Parts: sequence; structure tokens; C-alpha cells
Amino acid sequence: MADAVAQRPAAIEAVPVRHPGRWVAAIVVLAIAAYILYTIGTAIGNDKTALGPHTGWLVVEKYLFTGLIFQGILVTLQLTVLAMVVGIVLGVILAVMRLSPNPVMSWVSWLYIWFFRGTPVLVQIFFWFNLNLVLKSIDIGIPFTPLWLHADTNTLIPPFMAALLGLGLNEAAYMAEIVRAGIISVEHGQTEAAQALGMNRGLVMRRIVLPQAMRVIIPPTGNETISMLKTTSLAFGASVTELFTRQQQIATATYDVLELLIVASIWYLVMTSILTVGQYYIERHFGRGTQRGLPLTPIQRLRRTLFTFHAPPPMPVEAPLSLASEHR
Amino acid sequence: MSDTPMVKAEAVHKSFGRLEVLRGIDLEVSPGEVMCMIGPSGSGKSTFLRCINHLEKIDCGRLSVDGELVGYREGGDKLYELRDREVCRKRSEIGMVFQRFNLFPHMTALENVIEAPMRVKKESRAVAVERARKLLERVGLADKVDVYPNQLSGGQQQRVAIARALAMEPKLMLFDEPTSALDPELVGDVLDVMRGLAEDGMTMVVVTHEMGFAREAGDSLVFMDGGVIVESGKPRDVLANPQQERTRSFLSKVL
Repeated sequence: MADAVAQRPAAIEAVPVRHPGRWVAAIVVLAIAAYILYTIGTAIGNDKTALGPHTGWLVVEKYLFTGLIFQGILVTLQLTVLAMVVGIVLGVILAVMRLSPNPVMSWVSWLYIWFFRGTPVLVQIFFWFNLNLVLKSIDIGIPFTPLWLHADTNTLIPPFMAALLGLGLNEAAYMAEIVRAGIISVEHGQTEAAQALGMNRGLVMRRIVLPQAMRVIIPPTGNETISMLKTTSLAFGASVTELFTRQQQIATATYDVLELLIVASIWYLVMTSILTVGQYYIERHFGRGTQRGLPLTPIQRLRRTLFTFHAPPPMPVEAPLSLASEHR
Repeated sequence: MSDTPMVKAEAVHKSFGRLEVLRGIDLEVSPGEVMCMIGPSGSGKSTFLRCINHLEKIDCGRLSVDGELVGYREGGDKLYELRDREVCRKRSEIGMVFQRFNLFPHMTALENVIEAPMRVKKESRAVAVERARKLLERVGLADKVDVYPNQLSGGQQQRVAIARALAMEPKLMLFDEPTSALDPELVGDVLDVMRGLAEDGMTMVVVTHEMGFAREAGDSLVFMDGGVIVESGKPRDVLANPQQERTRSFLSKVL
């Protein structure tokens, strides 16, 4: 065999094909992008603002780190997290109901998804916000007993709650479909194997099916969270003082409309970027057992490169176990 | 040994829609017996196996395990369907090994084995882990305890699956073509484990295409075709001297 290796011919040396078209396309695209950015950038720079003429970017800088904007960011984050929690919990319940052998459960779930997915979120937020116009108080209790709770609609559903209900209940409809797709994606043999071991429906779902469904559920849920972060701006409709409302308030007072939209955009971008990184690590966690050794994270890769002073090899550190020990 | 048969089937029928898969199966498996079932695909062997632990419901006839009806309770002259919990309890006493292994891919070999003892039998982790380690050692995988299934070869996965079933200390083991999805060179290790089980006196019903295993380890052999038992008897007799024409033509193709 050593001879065969020694006789290996020299590597091929050939003149590579040139691609002039690629260069032209790249230059054209970059030129158009640069022109658009330059035009808008200078227009904002030359804007006459509350601070005086030609101070657009100074206004952006000034408001980027103000307390009002930070308060808005805090509310945006609260809304995003709470609405997603409502959406995910209710979504899992709806998905399990949808797949239930009980036809009433399945139908109720179908109707819920049909309604909440079929009407705009803004309409739903307005609905909860204005519910007190027709329903002055809400009473919940056990029929024919004195055990009843009475609450004023206005105190029960303040603006923040109206926005949360609108966003969360709407999200649940989308999450239900995502979770259902995840559950269906788990091979039926898994359920059978678990049943054959004597596990009941609840155990099979909780211990076997859902953990495996997570791999399919997580990526679209990440998208939903990022989307939710931006959709919270619709809480503006319920006068919730989140990021969009806050920048709007400042802009109305100072007339620096575009500058404050840029401030808000920067913060939305920062937050969605952080979420994107978080999503990567969560996906990695639920991917265990599906790849032979997980790929390195960007930080691990960077560390390797820094400490070993050469490019990382293509193989992961947690190298796959060899199968050579099959016959011992 | 008690004289209650471990498995008793009387005129068991099963249809999927208009397709009649089982058309009257009668058989008995005594405690400690190893029964092998052979036959062409679609003959109903796997379906019958799945009926034994109620993964499929039978349409008519009677099927009992260890003297108790599968899926029903008798009260007077009526049959009552069993509750989910009772079905689960009965399944937990029957081990099953699948053609496609069906290991839980998100759990290590050890976690696969301790899952049911801990969740179904409510055993403590320490007890479950100790037994699981012994079982994995028994199937020759002591060094693969913390490995995920996809890092194991097919033969290793199937042996983990056997350990997983044994962890529930079943009184009956069902094997549904346990070596059919394996590379030929990996079949031996799995069959060795099964032979060991048979020698230890485990009651086993094995759907297989491994005639060698059936001949050496089996106490009885059943040949099925078209949803009925065509021929049954001692493995050596059936394999060497089949009485029925259909058995003969099947064996001539597979031997």
C-alpha cells in the first residue's frame, strides 16, 4: 500500500476560470447600497432639529441613552417575555388538545386557532383595551354557590394587560401550530416503545415526545420571539409606554420624527441580535443526541484559534466515538 | 412451573379496515418456552405480537397473558375494557424489542434503561442505575453507558433496547424481527444475548427470519401465512421435515 501512496501524481495546476460578471455585479450592488445610505445619512445629518440646523445625528446620539427610552425598552422586554410565556404555555395546551382523541377538545382548539390567527393582532389589542365599554365588571365563580369573584373590568384589564392579552392570545394560536408540527414530527415508533414499557399518555408526551419535538419547535419559536419583540410596538394602540410609544412621545414634543425612529430601530436591532445569539445556544442544547458530537460555538472556535495560533481543524473537539469496538 | 400458559390465543382475529390480517390464531406459550414465529412478510406475525401487549386491539377471539385477558376484564358474562392505567400496568410486565430499535435518541444508553423503572415503577435512581449498569454489562456494553444512541452501531443499539426491556423485569419478552434491520456482521451479538436469555428461562416470543436461531434456541416454531398458522411443532421437525406444501416452498426460499 505504501507504494501506491508514493506513486501519487502531482496535484493539478490549472489556470482558474475568471468571473468578470461577478465583479461587475458586486460593484453595482455595493454602489447602489452606498448611494442609498449616503443620501439618507446626509439628509438626516443636515436636518434642522430642535437642537438647531444640521444636527440630525446629534439628536440620535442624544436620545439613544435617555431614561425615557430605557423605560420604554424595559416595558418592551416585559411585554415580549410575558406574551411569549402566555403564547407558549397556551400553545402547548392547544396543540395537545388538537391531537386529543376527544373530538370536542380537538374542535375547540381548531376554533381558537382559526379565530385568533384569522384576525389582526391590532384588532385584538383594541378589543381587550375597549372591553370596558360594554362589560363593566367581570364575575367568575362556581354556579349556585356564593363563591363568586367580582372585579371591575378597568382594574382587571389595565392597558398593559390589554396589550398582553392581545399579543399573548394571538401568539398562542401560532405556537399551537408550531408545537403540533413538532409533536407530529416525532416518529411513531418512539411512542410505541414508550407505551410498550408501560408509560401512560402523559408520561409519553412529557418525557419522550415533547423533548424530541423541541428540536423542531425551537427554531420557529425563536423566530416568533424575535417577531414578538417588534410586534409589541402595536401596544402603542393600547397606550402602553413601550419603546415605540416612548420615542413617539419624544418625537411629538421635539418634531425630530425620523431621528427618534432611528433611535428606536437601533434598540430593536440590538435586542433582536441578542435574541438571535440566545436562540443559537438553545438550539444547540436540544440538538444533543442528534449529531455525532456538537459543533463548536463561535466563542469556542475563537478561543481555539487564539490559544493555538492556527485555524481550527474541521473536526469538533467532542469527536465522535469510533464504532471499531463492535467486535471485541 | 405453573400450568397456566404465559400466552394463550384462541381464534384471534384482527382486521385493518377491510384487510384481514389475522384470521383465527390458536396457540399456547408455556412459561419458560421460547417460541419462534416465521413466515413471509404480511403474514400477520408482527401484528399478532403487537396484539399480545395491546399495541393493537383484537377484533374477536380471546387472547390472554398469564391467565389474564389482554385489554379486557371479565365480569359475569360481559367484557369490560381496561382503563389506560391497567393497560399500562400490564404492558410494564411484558418486554418488547422492535425491529427499528426505537431507542430514545435524546437520552444516553443508561438513561434509556432507567427511564421506565424510575417513571413507571417509581424506583429510586440509585436502584435503577445499579440494575441498568448490570444489564448493560450483560449485553456487552458496559463501556457505552453514557453514549447517545446515534453514536452506537445498530447491533449495539438493539442490545441497549434489550437491556431497556429487561430493566422492567418482565415475565415475557416479545421480539419483533430484532435482527432484520442489522448488517449481517452485527446480527451475531444480538442473537448471543437472546440465546443467553433463553437459557436463563425467559419466556420469549420471537418473530424472526433467523432459522439458525429458531433451530438452536427455540422450543417451538410456528409458521404463519395469510393470517393463519400453517404449521407448528418442534423447530427441528418443522425445519427439516415440513408437512405442508406452503411451509416447504417458504423454507426452500429462505434456507
